Amino acid sequence: AAAGTVFLPPPAHATVEAATKFMASLIGNRTPVAGRVKLTMPEIAENGNTVPVAVTVDSPMTDADHVKAIHIMADGNPAPEVASFHLSPANGRAEVTTRMRMSTTQNVWAVAEMKDGSVFIDKTEVKVTIGGCGG
Amino acid sequence: MAIDAKPRIKLPKTAAKGELLEVKTLITHPMESGQRKDDKGQPIPRQIINGFVATFNGRQVFKADLYPSLSANPYITFLVKMEESGKFEFAWTDDDGTVYRDVKEITVG
Amino acid sequence: GSLSQAIAEGAITQDGLLRFDPVGTVTLLHVTDIHAQLVPIFFREPSVNLGIGEAAGVAPHVTGDAFLKKFGIRQGSAEAYAFSSVGYAGLAAEYGRVGGLDRMATLVKAIRAERPGKTLLLEGGDSLQGSYGALKTRGGDMAAALKALGVEGCTFHWEFTYGTERVKELIEELGCPFVAGNVLDTEWDEQAFKPYEMYERGGVKIAVVGQAFPYTPVANPRYMNPTLSFGIREDLVRKHVEAARAEGAGLVVLLSHNGFDVDRKLASRVAGIDVVLSGHTHDAVPAVVPVGRTLIVASGSHGKFLSRLDLDVRGGEVKDYRFQLIPVFSDAIAPDPDMAGVVEGLRAPFKSEISRVVGRTDGLLYRRGNFNGTWDDLICRALIEERDAEISLSPGFRWGATLLPGQDITMDDIYNQTAITYPAAYRMQMSGAQIKDILEDVADNLFNPDPYYQQGGDMVRVGGLGYAIDVSKPMGQRIGALTLLRTGQAIDASASYAVAGWASVNEGTEGPPVYDLVRRFIERRQVVNIPENETVKVSGF
Ligand SMILES: [Mn+2]
Ligand SMILES: [Mn+2]
Repeated sequence: AAAGTVFLPPPAHATVEAATKFMASLIGNRTPVAGRVKLTMPEIAENGNTVPVAVTVDSPMTDADHVKAIHIMADGNPAPEVASFHLSPANGRAEVTTRMRMSTTQNVWAVAEMKDGSVFIDKTEVKVTIGGCGG
Repeated sequence: MAIDAKPRIKLPKTAAKGELLEVKTLITHPMESGQRKDDKGQPIPRQIINGFVATFNGRQVFKADLYPSLSANPYITFLVKMEESGKFEFAWTDDDGTVYRDVKEITVG
Repeated sequence: GSLSQAIAEGAITQDGLLRFDPVGTVTLLHVTDIHAQLVPIFFREPSVNLGIGEAAGVAPHVTGDAFLKKFGIRQGSAEAYAFSSVGYAGLAAEYGRVGGLDRMATLVKAIRAERPGKTLLLEGGDSLQGSYGALKTRGGDMAAALKALGVEGCTFHWEFTYGTERVKELIEELGCPFVAGNVLDTEWDEQAFKPYEMYERGGVKIAVVGQAFPYTPVANPRYMNPTLSFGIREDLVRKHVEAARAEGAGLVVLLSHNGFDVDRKLASRVAGIDVVLSGHTHDAVPAVVPVGRTLIVASGSHGKFLSRLDLDVRGGEVKDYRFQLIPVFSDAIAPDPDMAGVVEGLRAPFKSEISRVVGRTDGLLYRRGNFNGTWDDLICRALIEERDAEISLSPGFRWGATLLPGQDITMDDIYNQTAITYPAAYRMQMSGAQIKDILEDVADNLFNPDPYYQQGGDMVRVGGLGYAIDVSKPMGQRIGALTLLRTGQAIDASASYAVAGWASVNEGTEGPPVYDLVRRFIERRQVVNIPENETVKVSGF
């Protein structure tokens, strides 16, 4: 059990509004819809300093139909921006991974911009816990 | 502030034509977020790797814009569909303007 | 089943326990969570094991009389004694101790002799930690014992608290395949261990995919394995199962330390797993739990049970199966002489220390259950007294043997509750708000309705503190009525309290080792008698 944890004052958090605003700065007034993009992260972060992020987008990655960009943002860190990845048909398949910081339990968003202008989104909650028990 | 940044790439030396190659990249860098304070309570200025570009035989195959929420020692992986032999060039841009570079050759047969 | 039949016919005998109507050509044998119990002990199953959401009221979340009713077990029977807490102390006096690796070896050898070339003995993790000897040898004694038992594949959880380098040595010492498909290195995200192993038994190609405890770096100190990353990693399980099938596996077994509810969810989402041998949550379920086409086996803990699952596998499909969770009734089974010698040799160097009597208990001392057991209350009292605190916190570990009323308490018994590699008993000031946050956080690790967020321990135990918990509420709203028992006053969120505890996952935690402090507490009293805890009020189930 928990106990003995060092308690830090909670940092100022970004909000859903800030993340939405950042997303709008990237995709304008287009509305992202669920589907095609899949964000995979651990259910519980084992180290808030480095949480694995994996994004795949269902796309043939041809000249006519491919993923142009994958944007990662989060709604609970001091700022919503995490990363933007710019892809092209040369990638063959839209699959990227990275690692991010998480100061608290929050939702991470992955937004995929396609060649035809459509935008897809996936969100996942990652829990940051005090930890320390076991069977 | 000068940072001892070391780029590292994990990539095979050879690939089959048409193969989807996973490119694993890593650079040692503290990614100072600008959110922290030093012992005297003074804010520590932000200094991060803010951009990354990978080219193959001179053509861009992948690019990333990075922010302070990215972890220290930025780790990024992506795929490239291999059609020919050639040279990968990787470049990471620091907030202070420094560009760190690495190169990997690959034979496709 | 055959066991209840055997018991119905009279006394429990070795032959009766081994009675089994075989089927097919594959026999899986599963032991898990032995927690370093080399010799027979008492172990009381939980009286409180609440299931949340879809897990409410279904195995293993059914206890006491409801459990007996569900499985058609007669009150007062040997099975009631083995599988439930009903009438525990009285039945323990009647039926005696359970476990002991020499008894386990007798059963394993007998089944191997009955089914030559068809058996596969797998160990599911947490067997190399939990005793004085295991702590002193850093798992080495148990590795030697399990090697002598002939374990043919394993995975880990608590073993990681010996550090990554020691884990690698222990794998060598065990001398059997170690599988853990969900563990990657933190640098390049590559498999840190072999994800699965292929076997052939009874003409069937068997793949055993390993799943180490997903929350090892959260539930235990992360600094002990800084280069390893865990997680449930459902996508990787799927990938390894598919790879094993592609390699020709006719039977795919997940040797899992996920915990039962996580395994139940995983089995419903990942196709192609025939059998999950489930560990970590210490559930002893007398029947296989089918989820779709997957059979889940939960084999209890502390060497108290051996699972036998016979499978008729044809054309890559399980056509028929038969199962028995065999209780290892120590008094009914002849010790295997070879293993008895091994166990004696392993305990010999520590004989004088572990057999030292420090006191006696007049009441039943047990731990397992969602909330404070009497062993926990004893530890919580010791923490308050020895560290001059107002409140104490003790981890909700599911391991730790039981002592009957009237039994001596030896150093062996104290270490069976406390033998960890980060034993410092700290003392620190905490605000009332922080104390509530800790209880809320741990409660969510136990009662989150999504099993993938459950860590499979029990609730943090508290001393000097009363509280109410509504397990059905979301995180942040479960805990209320926090009361400082010393004064009877409500806990003030902004006030500061002196809190003692142990098993902190933070590096650099300071304090005397908890086992020394518990020993001193018992020595001073000579006789302890801890009543059932009544200061935690549970609702919402
Ligand atoms: Mn265990
Ligand atoms: Mn465990």
